[in-house]
Amino acid sequence: MDQLLQHGLNALMLGGTYALLGIGLTLIFGIMRVVNFTHGELYAFGAYMMYMLVMLTGANFFVALVLAVALGVALGAAIEFVLLRKLRGADIDTTMLVMIGAWIALQNAEQLAWSGVAKSIDNPFPTAPLVIGAVSVAWNRVFVFAVALVLIAATYALINHTRLGKAMRATFQDRDTAALMGIQIGTIHTATFALGSGLAAAAGALLGPVFVAYPTMGDLAAEKAFAVVILGGLGNIAGATVGGFILALVEELGAGYISSGYRDAMGFLLIIVILAFRPTGLFAQKERIG
Amino acid sequence: MKGALTVLWLAFLVSIPLWMTNQYILHILIVTGIFIVAAMSLNLLLGYTGQLSLGHVAFFGIGAYASALVSLGFSVQLAPGVTLALAPNPVWCGMLAAIVVSGAFGWFIGRISFKVRGAYFVIVSISFAEVVRLVAVNWVELTQGPMALNNIPPLTLWLPGVGEHAFWKKPANYWLILGVAVVSYVLIRRLVHSRAGRAMIALRENEPLATSVGIDVTRYLVLTTVCSAAMAGAAGALYAHYVRIVDPDVFLFIYTVTMVIMVITGGKGTLAGPIVGGLIFGLLPETLRAAAIPPEAQWIVYGVLMILILYFLPAGIVPAVRQGWQRRRRDPAASPAGP
Repeated sequence: MDQLLQHGLNALMLGGTYALLGIGLTLIFGIMRVVNFTHGELYAFGAYMMYMLVMLTGANFFVALVLAVALGVALGAAIEFVLLRKLRGADIDTTMLVMIGAWIALQNAEQLAWSGVAKSIDNPFPTAPLVIGAVSVAWNRVFVFAVALVLIAATYALINHTRLGKAMRATFQDRDTAALMGIQIGTIHTATFALGSGLAAAAGALLGPVFVAYPTMGDLAAEKAFAVVILGGLGNIAGATVGGFILALVEELGAGYISSGYRDAMGFLLIIVILAFRPTGLFAQKERIG
Repeated sequence: MKGALTVLWLAFLVSIPLWMTNQYILHILIVTGIFIVAAMSLNLLLGYTGQLSLGHVAFFGIGAYASALVSLGFSVQLAPGVTLALAPNPVWCGMLAAIVVSGAFGWFIGRISFKVRGAYFVIVSISFAEVVRLVAVNWVELTQGPMALNNIPPLTLWLPGVGEHAFWKKPANYWLILGVAVVSYVLIRRLVHSRAGRAMIALRENEPLATSVGIDVTRYLVLTTVCSAAMAGAAGALYAHYVRIVDPDVFLFIYTVTMVIMVITGGKGTLAGPIVGGLIFGLLPETLRAAAIPPEAQWIVYGVLMILILYFLPAGIVPAVRQGWQRRRRDPAASPAGP
């Protein structure tokens, strides 16, 4: 029983970051109809920015976190502006392949810049874990979870209670009508991609110090993000949030009770099973946003 | 005229090992040839039915493992008391097994994944390849995991006039791959010009319309996947018996991407496309290596080239060249009317 509780707690802590990754990806797909293969690289970019700022320039951990997210937003905006702007209206396979090209180039640029050796990042949290009854959790994981929750709440607020969010929802529902109403679709796309990228970079910046930063770390993160998005239904933010926690739980239990070697296969198996039996995701009647 | 050109071109390809003394270049050509066969099989799915399958390397790898395991033999405990064992078999049995097993996986994947299209299908196909890779890593009893299957025997065939011949040397392997590539080309050509091929193209162009005129879309998609998977499996088997070692890295996503780049660059949905694209991207890494560019930078070049091609030559090289030719042929006729 204690073991089960511990697995549940671990899943809760992990699920926050999975949800962050998933929300970013699902926003970009929902509004822009782009399957974003660079998502994992933004995650890795966030982690590497933490490494650069904390380990190489000695910046304060929390300042570095904010800066890493801001840089992720900037990189996302740049990718959208340079690569995707001209492809608006192109078919989904073309944009997908362009994003794959960008993903290969970015990942290898990371490897070129920081070498293939994994980098660890110091964090300011006490090493003794927080013990609650029979279960325990590391302080840095608690911090990651708390920040992830704050970011998820902020994203909800942005989508549901701001003018920009309203414009995003309108664009999602009907791009042409939104354009007729005077919404600058280009600006909305850039903002969406920057926001999604910022969330991915935030996930990387949060988890980089928990684990280590290495060039191919983004592949696994992208895979988890895809699983989360499929679980929730493409374009469904609430679904992605719940999906993040479900994936984390399935992985924890799978690794704990079946085989730790297949931990990372759980996400893929979930994808295959869900798409075979419930292709629109667990929660959606149809694709929607908000 | 066109026939004569084909014969000349084939004669040139056949003659390469006779005058090419550099074994390394021959090796590159063999590996390129194997990838061209794999790319041709992908083209069937991507080019003719329009389904972007990003898990294609799974069939290649399954073929490699199936052929290697059948020719090496194995013994696996499936459940307590239930053991599945196989004694070593001749390599050609392994290759046949590879084609059958890959085809069967193609059928299975086609059945479950063609319930969805577009982005969903792409993600299912990637997931499938990753699951297979993780099984290859973790099922050590069968696959040796990361320790790899070693000492895979080369293909041995009875050839008229030669007798029993083991394909140890590079020229022999080169001709073998060339033969398989030509056979694959002919098979694909026949397939796409058949009734089934027209059905594939119809469903690529307009799926609802194809359905409305009575084409059983799912059936043809599954059929194409089976053919495509079986051919990729054959390429994988050739690879296994040529390099004679197979590890779970044959399932890496990057190989799928390489095949996709080859098809897109050459021109998807054209017979010659995968060959042109395959030659370019098979030989490009060597050219870059000769220029002393580190491997990461090579991959950056790959990625950037892929983007540039999608921007400026979205249909690929072969259709662009064909269009250029037609324009040139038409121009002299048009010129008297012009100023």
